[in-house]
Amino acid sequence: MDVTTRQLGNVLVVALQGRIDQATAEQLRLTLEPHIASCSVDAPLILDFSGISYISSVGLRVLMLAARQVTAQHGQMAIVGLQPVVREIFQISRFDMVFKIHESVATAAAALATPAT
Amino acid sequence: MIVRFWGTRGSIPVSLTSEHIRHKLIAALTGAAGQRLDTAGAIEHYVDSLPFAVRGTYGGHSSCLEIQRDNGQYGDTHILFDLGSGARALGQALLARHGKTPQTYHVFMSHLHWDHVMGFPFFAPAYIPGNRIIIHSGHAEVAAAFAQQQDHPGFPVGFEHLGAQIEFDIVEPGRRLAITDFFITMKKQRHGGDSYGWRLECDDRVVVYSTDSEHRLEDTDERKRFAEFFADADLVVFDAMYSLADAVSVKADWGHSSNIVGVELCQLAAARHLVLFHHEPAHDDAQIAQVLDETRRFEALTRDGRALEIISAYDGLEVSL
Repeated sequence: MDVTTRQLGNVLVVALQGRIDQATAEQLRLTLEPHIASCSVDAPLILDFSGISYISSVGLRVLMLAARQVTAQHGQMAIVGLQPVVREIFQISRFDMVFKIHESVATAAAALATPAT
Repeated sequence: MIVRFWGTRGSIPVSLTSEHIRHKLIAALTGAAGQRLDTAGAIEHYVDSLPFAVRGTYGGHSSCLEIQRDNGQYGDTHILFDLGSGARALGQALLARHGKTPQTYHVFMSHLHWDHVMGFPFFAPAYIPGNRIIIHSGHAEVAAAFAQQQDHPGFPVGFEHLGAQIEFDIVEPGRRLAITDFFITMKKQRHGGDSYGWRLECDDRVVVYSTDSEHRLEDTDERKRFAEFFADADLVVFDAMYSLADAVSVKADWGHSSNIVGVELCQLAAARHLVLFHHEPAHDDAQIAQVLDETRRFEALTRDGRALEIISAYDGLEVSL
């Protein structure tokens, strides 16, 4: 799994590429750890999944733990660019109800910049 | 081998309400509009063509299974898994088959939570002298649990009044039991107070009964051990009570698993059939049918080799292997 990061204003975008499964889930956890720790309402995090072709249950669990930590520290996080297969996996596992999911980095960044009402 | 499901619901029995039945009738009659249903045959054909969630129900009894060798004979030795509320109807069926002719029942318990033992006081063969019931369990307190649920003031007939000869066999994990032509092994599972899965082999067929079992997704060794326990099974009966999202968040440590993990483990184990079992009591038939459709879709999306057949258990289901 390949990872790249870029700053978009106050938003950090973490772009992931490859498969998230038993072999790479721990790498995902370690990759996200510092970014989750610094995620806040003023410094939102976007996970760009457009390069992810598959995610297994163990990978979804890593995302759940990240989401819970972000919520606990009142941060903001969104996922963007789900490929069709991954989108279905999110739906079937009900992870689409856990995350704010957007089509693109631009729409997610705009949504995260809008104060919640 | 025939696997017969007498109870399939998780945690507590449920029953259809009048409103549920009304919805089913409305759906069926709506679909019938414009069709010519003027003979019994045409009506039966139409009813059989309806989706299962409309024409039937996944049922509401708690866990109870019966295994039968597929030799056309019932014999006098029976294999059962768990004694949830489904054991009442099973007991009636056994009486109808065998009357008061002495029979031997081997019951393999997943654990002793109430939804898995509550049918025993209503299991008619337990009241018939000459019958022998051997309850196999990984829990040392199994005898006390069965006696306790019939103690005053919980039940009017004390355990000591049961007419059958009742024995308890405390099983150590790894011990291989041989009962007639069945060979059975047990595996400890993650659940409050522990639970045990059972792997049964007979006539080159393998059935795994693995309910009330939570899986730690990050534990690679545990995953491997379960894949070995499920290896090449013809049928895996699997606790699919929660969605994966619930199982790893608000319902983590509640001792249950999900459809997603069931598919992944069965794929890893090269199992042939997965039976979604221990249904969430809050789910109606339409929701259980939706989970089944989605699970089949997930299997198709993630398939890497032979297809895994997936079915959803219901009270009255029979699977021939």
